[in-house]
Order: sequence, then structure tokens, then C-alpha cells
Amino acid sequence: MKCRVCRGPAVIDVRRQNANYCRDHFLRMCRDQVTKAIDEFGMLRPEERVLVAVSGGKDSLACWHILRELGYEADGFVIGLGIGDYSLESTRFARSFAEERGWTLHETSLRDDHGFDVPTAAKATHRVPCSACGLSKRHLFDAAAREHGYDVVATGHNLDDEAAVLFGNVLRWQTDYLGRQQPVLPARNGFPRKVKPLVRLGERETAAYCVLAGIDYIVEECPMAAGNRHLGYKEALNAIELQSPGSKHDFYFGFLKRASGRFLTDAEAEQNDLDACGKCGAPTTGDICAFCKLVDRAGGHEPVVLRDRR
Amino acid sequence: MKVLLRNPRRELEVAGPISVIALLNRLDMNRESVLVIQGDELIPGDAMLDDAQTIEIRPVISGGCA
Repeated sequence: MKCRVCRGPAVIDVRRQNANYCRDHFLRMCRDQVTKAIDEFGMLRPEERVLVAVSGGKDSLACWHILRELGYEADGFVIGLGIGDYSLESTRFARSFAEERGWTLHETSLRDDHGFDVPTAAKATHRVPCSACGLSKRHLFDAAAREHGYDVVATGHNLDDEAAVLFGNVLRWQTDYLGRQQPVLPARNGFPRKVKPLVRLGERETAAYCVLAGIDYIVEECPMAAGNRHLGYKEALNAIELQSPGSKHDFYFGFLKRASGRFLTDAEAEQNDLDACGKCGAPTTGDICAFCKLVDRAGGHEPVVLRDRR
Repeated sequence: MKVLLRNPRRELEVAGPISVIALLNRLDMNRESVLVIQGDELIPGDAMLDDAQTIEIRPVISGGCA
């Protein structure tokens, strides 16, 4: 295998591009793809302060690293989710990454600062853990951006994430979700702008970026996500990708180009009439926001003892 | 060769020589879903692996849906 750019020995193939790359040109290709996404969707302006939602996994650390490499003023924010050793370990990776580089990492803990954790919330609400986890993350990232004066929240969602979410939303024709599935969500009613700079990079590429850039990340999978529907969608899409490279890219970017606009009204209808939460002041469609309701239901419960589901 | 697998972490012994792609096929793994790593370096799909090597097959799929 030879590098597409320099014809030197390649270390990785990117089949959807029908290309192979050496280390240096692969890292450059990743940065170029992020630049292209930022420009194409108007994600960031050079002077803006960016808060990167960091988990300690490959995507968020790659996102943070690339944004800094591109010259953005980007700091990190990590949430202790209370998912046993997995959360402790993933937070350790985030801290080490920031400390080694002297970068600012803000932290909060669900258990210490809000009185519950993800396993407890799942038990108290009788819903899947990913539901409470996602709700908490979205709320706390928004709140942290407002509190610390960041213009934008950047997340590490990659092409595989977006294609899998799209796949699930299409399977169930969740038209409100389809209307909201954009690489940029504009700032509105107290929510900061949210951007996904990695949408042009596949999951295998973000992992390879970390290995080649010397970024240590948590490889272990979240024990609460094991066997979830989202992973099943990713596996299904990768089975298609194996036979037909480029399918995930065409599926997602074809949706953005040709179909997403048709669902905007469904999403807009749901997001009208936002008011301030009576408890925390966050924007909400009701009197109390979903996060504060979660705190009420899950707060005060003793932590759930985790059993390894892997 | 020694092959380290993740999630859950375990080790296999596989006889070489064998190419990376052939190894992944033998283990019924999708090449779109993994990286093959030796030390801090990626091993490309057409590389031949021999008995003396220790490699890691690292999954790249992560599952949070938030």
C-alpha cells in the first residue's frame, strides 16, 4: 500500500475515498476534513470560544486535538457520569490528555453536584441508561457553556454516529428528530450553538487519528451501552459499507443535501414557545426542564451496584 | 502470533504467516470496524504477520447514542 499523497509506505486505507495514507498525510487529511466541515456548515468563526464535550473516548479527544491544531480557542468539559469504574477511567483519560498539554478541562460530577448518577437514574425512571445519560449531558454542556462564557459547544459525533442515528430515525420515521439532525444547531433561546466538526470522519478514522497522534483514550466500551440499538445500527451499516464503501457517507450527506429540509417544520413546531425552567432557568417547553425532573426523580437514591454486562 | 482482543479483553494464538485481511476474515471481523495495531503503529491491511509478532485488534465502534 502506498500513500495517495507522497507514494511512501501507507499505514491505513480509507476505502470510501479509495485511498491509502502514510501517518503524516493521514493526520493532515483528518484536519482537512474537519476544516471542510467547519467551512461547509458555518460551524465556527476564528475568534469564537469553543467548549468541547469530552468523554475520554477517541472521538471527543480527537475533536479537541484537531480544533486546537487548527488554531481554535477550545477548552474541554467532562462529566462524571457515575457508571462505575468505566466513568472513573474515562475521566482519568480526559484529565491526563488535558494535563499533558496544559489545556483547560472543566469538570462536573452527576453524583457530587446533582445527587444522582446514570445507573440510579435509569432505575428510578425505568428507562434505558442512555436516555438519562444523553439528557444529562445535553443539559450540563449547555449550562457549562453559559456559565463559562463559551460561544459554541462542540461534540465528537462522527460520520458513523450520524449515519446510525439517521438510520434509526428513518426506520421509525421520527420526523421531528429528522428535522433536528443537523451538523450545526444554531444558538437560540438560551441554548449555545452546537456543532459536530467530525461529521466528515468515520469512526475508524478518529480511532486511527488518536493512535497516530499519540492520544491515549479509553478503548473499553461503556458497560451500559453494550448491546444497545445504536450499536446494532452501526454494525448493520458497516456490513453494508464492507460491500459498498462510501455508503455511510452517501446516506448521511445525501440526507442533508436532499431530504433534511423537508422535516424542518416538524422540528420547529416542537421547539416553539420555549420558556425558562422554574428551577434552573434553562430553556424548556414546560414549567420545569427535563433535567430538573430527572434530578427530582433520581436524586437521593443510593448508587446502584453495577454488574459487568459485557 | 499473539493477538490481543478487546471488549472483553482476551488473547488468542494464531499461526502465521498470514495477511492482516486474511486474519480478520478468519476471525470473522469486519475490517471497517477495527484497527490492527502493533505497539504505537497501525498495521495496514496488506501486511503479512508472522509468528513472532504481538498485535492488537482494536474495535472502533462506540455505542453511546446521546
